[in-house]
Amino acid sequence: MATPVADSAHVPAAVAALMAEYVHAIDDDRLEEWPGFFTDPCLYRIATRDNEERGLPASLVWCDSRAMLLDRVVSVRHANVFEPHRYRHMVSAIRVLGAEGGEYRVVSNYLVTRTMRDGTMAVFSTGAYRDVIVVENGGALFRERVVVCDHGMINNLIAIPI
Amino acid sequence: MGNNNTLIDWPEEGVARAPYAVFSDPDVYAAEMRRIFRGPVWHYLGLEAELPEPGDYRLIDVGDTPVIVLRTPDGGINALVNRCAHKGTMLLFEPFGRVERLMCIYHNWAYDLDGCLRSIPFARGIDGKGGMPESFDMAANGLDRLRVESLGGIVFGTFSDATPPLEAYIGERLMANYRRMTSRPFRVLGYYSQHLDSNWKLYFENASDPYHATILHAWATRLKLNRFTMEGAIEMSEQGWHHLSWSKMATDRDGEVYETDAFRSGGDDFDGFGLNDASVIEQWDEFGDGITTAIQTAFPNFVLQQIHNTIATRYLVPRGPAGSELVWTVLGYADDDEERTRIRLKQGNLIGPSGYISLEDGMVGSLVQKGIEGDKDKSSVMEMAGRSIESIVNSRASECGVRGFWTAYRALMGV
Repeated sequence: MATPVADSAHVPAAVAALMAEYVHAIDDDRLEEWPGFFTDPCLYRIATRDNEERGLPASLVWCDSRAMLLDRVVSVRHANVFEPHRYRHMVSAIRVLGAEGGEYRVVSNYLVTRTMRDGTMAVFSTGAYRDVIVVENGGALFRERVVVCDHGMINNLIAIPI
Repeated sequence: MGNNNTLIDWPEEGVARAPYAVFSDPDVYAAEMRRIFRGPVWHYLGLEAELPEPGDYRLIDVGDTPVIVLRTPDGGINALVNRCAHKGTMLLFEPFGRVERLMCIYHNWAYDLDGCLRSIPFARGIDGKGGMPESFDMAANGLDRLRVESLGGIVFGTFSDATPPLEAYIGERLMANYRRMTSRPFRVLGYYSQHLDSNWKLYFENASDPYHATILHAWATRLKLNRFTMEGAIEMSEQGWHHLSWSKMATDRDGEVYETDAFRSGGDDFDGFGLNDASVIEQWDEFGDGITTAIQTAFPNFVLQQIHNTIATRYLVPRGPAGSELVWTVLGYADDDEERTRIRLKQGNLIGPSGYISLEDGMVGSLVQKGIEGDKDKSSVMEMAGRSIESIVNSRASECGVRGFWTAYRALMGV
């Protein structure tokens, strides 16, 4: 049996709110708010399931400060060029794996669709968020958010964070 | 297309043009699979470091053909077509693993690690009835094998007896950088790939084309990581099929041109542009020669890359006339300490499908693919530095690398 600390029935309200606000900020194209969902320093990685399972550390995105997250946003807005598109995130099956000293280890499933400006839409990514979430004074922030994509093959590119 | 005898009517300007039809025609694609991918070329098959123990294998697609690359009990490397001689079933389907023999799941025909057919269930039938005929030749029904050569820890294979030895294929001029980058054993840091909605040649043109690199990838241009105004060169292999482009970021002079309105990097979008956290480009002089970017290709589909301290191989798998898969293997060296590994992983932000420098490369091919669809009788124009495939030193304002690709292409395709 799983250890009894895993408690998917009791996701703290601040944790649930953080996870919802995060995906709405991205889907609503409020990327400038994205670094503010993290502590500083922090860890945000986009990894693949195959690499994680084999203990291979290379990631698609690796940011360990709010300033690095901000640099990603600046680059998406101003430096990198790509065909415009939007995401829609679905997040489900949130599990709290453990809680210690105001830090929650949380996993959840995600699915992201990507819609291009010509109207074509496709499932872009599925996988799991592996989070360490800090709750202080009723608010929550990601100390770590590791996006583990089920797929090692990316449809063209990832510019906007997942 | 064209007359009855030729697949393509190539424009009279030669390799300074590429007819748009070659990027979408199914007959051209089928001919490429035969004449190029089964032809006298070396294909990247993986790394020695991926196969440390006997029986270790990896799978790879060589064009449309699935291949098993494995370590033999005596320490050699075999490359076998991943297809049972009986019905054509793929024998293995986990991308990496270890095996003692190769047994087909369908009817359990079993092969040794040299690809020799060793057993067939019910070969003698039941009670003498049925079974394989006495005349059936086990030795003639093994797995198809590729010729294999390993050089500097990288394994290559070829289907053709006519392919010259690997070092001669790469050529002495480009072997210098090859040795520079392969002098120490590799450590694999990870894998990822990109599905591209573009013909395989559109990505490979891009990889052979330094002209775009400091323009399309304005992020790196503006941060003065790579500019034509730095010391650099495009070196072509002796027969012109492969190229090496390199530059030294510390040698920039007169780079202000990139901040004028002739360049996107000089536009309003870049007012005040800079990094808030410069640790992403923290780096060391990887090979002690000041070279910060070195992109080397081997026709038809292999790239060996140094971008600062990101070391990687890339290879391209054609997926039909209008699609391709670009596969990256992210590397370090076996003697890297933790600090160097940390820097490589952080610089990983520069490369791959989310790379500050590389995310445009796959995308731009799909823009070309869509742009040319309606005018297959027209051609692209590649006249930067003329029409030759000569190397160019202290400038990279040349499309010789792309013309070199088309030189090889035309030779093997007979067009």
